[in-house]
Amino acid sequence: MGHNLAAFLYLIASICFIMALKGLSSPESSRAGNMFGMAGMLIAVLTTLASLEISSFPMIIAAIVVGGGAGTFIARKIQMTALPQLVAAFHSLVGLAAVLVAAAAFHAPEDYGIGTVGDIHGASLIEMGLGIAVGGITFTGSIIAFAKLQALMSGAPLVFPGQHYLNGALGIAIVVLIVWLIFGQTEIAFWLLVAVSLALGFLLILPIGGADMPVVVSMLNSYSGWAACGIGFTLSNSLLIVTGALVGSSGAILSYIMCKGMNRSIINVIAGGFGTDTSTAGAAKGAVDRPVKSGSAEDAAFLMKNASSVIIVPGYGMAVAQAQHALREMADILKKDGVKISYAIHPVAGRMPGHMNVLLAEANVPYDEVFELEDINREFSSSDVAFVIGANDVTNPAAKTDPKSPIYGMPILDVENAKTVLFVKRSMASGYAGVDNELFFRDNTMMLFGDAKKMCENIVKSLG
Amino acid sequence: MDPATLTEKAVDIANQAKALANQAADLAAQAAQFGGPASTHQPFVTLFTVFVLACFVGYHVVWRVTPALHSPLMAVTNAISSVIIVGALIAAGTGKFAFSEVMGFIAIALASVNIFGGFLVTHRMLSMFKKKPK
Repeated sequence: MGHNLAAFLYLIASICFIMALKGLSSPESSRAGNMFGMAGMLIAVLTTLASLEISSFPMIIAAIVVGGGAGTFIARKIQMTALPQLVAAFHSLVGLAAVLVAAAAFHAPEDYGIGTVGDIHGASLIEMGLGIAVGGITFTGSIIAFAKLQALMSGAPLVFPGQHYLNGALGIAIVVLIVWLIFGQTEIAFWLLVAVSLALGFLLILPIGGADMPVVVSMLNSYSGWAACGIGFTLSNSLLIVTGALVGSSGAILSYIMCKGMNRSIINVIAGGFGTDTSTAGAAKGAVDRPVKSGSAEDAAFLMKNASSVIIVPGYGMAVAQAQHALREMADILKKDGVKISYAIHPVAGRMPGHMNVLLAEANVPYDEVFELEDINREFSSSDVAFVIGANDVTNPAAKTDPKSPIYGMPILDVENAKTVLFVKRSMASGYAGVDNELFFRDNTMMLFGDAKKMCENIVKSLG
Repeated sequence: MDPATLTEKAVDIANQAKALANQAADLAAQAAQFGGPASTHQPFVTLFTVFVLACFVGYHVVWRVTPALHSPLMAVTNAISSVIIVGALIAAGTGKFAFSEVMGFIAIALASVNIFGGFLVTHRMLSMFKKKPK
């Protein structure tokens, strides 16, 4: 295949990928977008195979079948509540693949047309070094994110003295090693760079707590894109560069949206340690003695049946309890009784951007009943019941009133304005931010203690 | 040597040179063909231009993605970033069996997990967002 034809086909693949992202601007066009994405990938792979003198087809096919089979199996089996850890695991694979491609290019530069062993073009080496660094960080960082999300390790931030200095030192070491790689082109420099990048990936994500995972997952998404970009520059491949830039900017924008949803800077999130403040934890403990009004499923059923509008606020607790189906069943019965139902989603609800929307969609909740924070926040004052299920910090009025609170300034859902607030919670424990929620003690609040799924099922029984 | 044979010889040499030049041109064309896209190194500025423009496109396209579809966005960007498989194919496809090829094969397998898994899980999510009959 001629060079021009290959470049042209790569261009078409790039456009397909842009169309895949563009399709996501509305649910109607999104499925066609995904098809574009698949077509783009097919074109990219076939073009590469056709433009090379490939003599090991059986091996390549075998590798694709093994990997593709595993991917298909996982994607079919995975539960929607486990999406965040799945995405984290997938990110780690992109990072590792980037490191491996860099290793291949370093040891056989002739195949890539970037020089010969020991005499690789300087520019290619800079980009290769960056690709390795970002790829390595993505790989191990995603593994930690996966372990935290899958509860293989504690979601609590892991901090130790001198952590930031150590990370800083490793960052400088990476720069030094890249310079050594460019001028020395030695094996040692290459593998040291890989090792330091892997170590930095671990250390960067360890101090970040479970509630900050939406930012971390978005950030790693962005990194996996920049890693692809670095390899694209090394290989002079514009398709890799375009795709990497698309993915990189997408992850960066998502990180920004998530940070804004928590009113925190990205630096603050990366520095980690959020939610470990012992003084707020102590305050929460002392508050348990204050009287709260708790109710039963029958009480909740009665309240909602007689309401004219109910706004449901789902949070991570709903995902953990797999309560989305029972919740929708409850909403269906209420709708039959003429109650207006809508859902309010906070930007950082759940463990990844848009997590709640997917879970509600899985439970067949029509997406036009689901609203983002800014679209629904004013409706709370005119609604009879706010049904908060598995959410806590995102409803805490302290974010508006208490400048000392760690979540001060975070945009919240104004559930306090509803006539009655129902909180489905397992216990009085505070949320991830370790902050006590003033709302629990208000007169118009009723706590519904119990498992979110069981509670919904009991309400359904009482409604029937 | 008389002038006539001299000119004859000169013409001969000129013809030979011409034939050689033609051969060289043919070889160059062939080299470009076989080398494929990997072997043509473009100047950094060209690549950087592509990069910056792609960032702009990404920025504008991603801001228009509806927040409800942010999870599928992550899954699909994850799948397409596995286009890095292109680099792995180049490494694996040489027919030799050395270190680079082994790296290439592993990278192909890893990227394939992502490509198939990523697109499929995106598809699963998006098919939940179908409009429901009320």
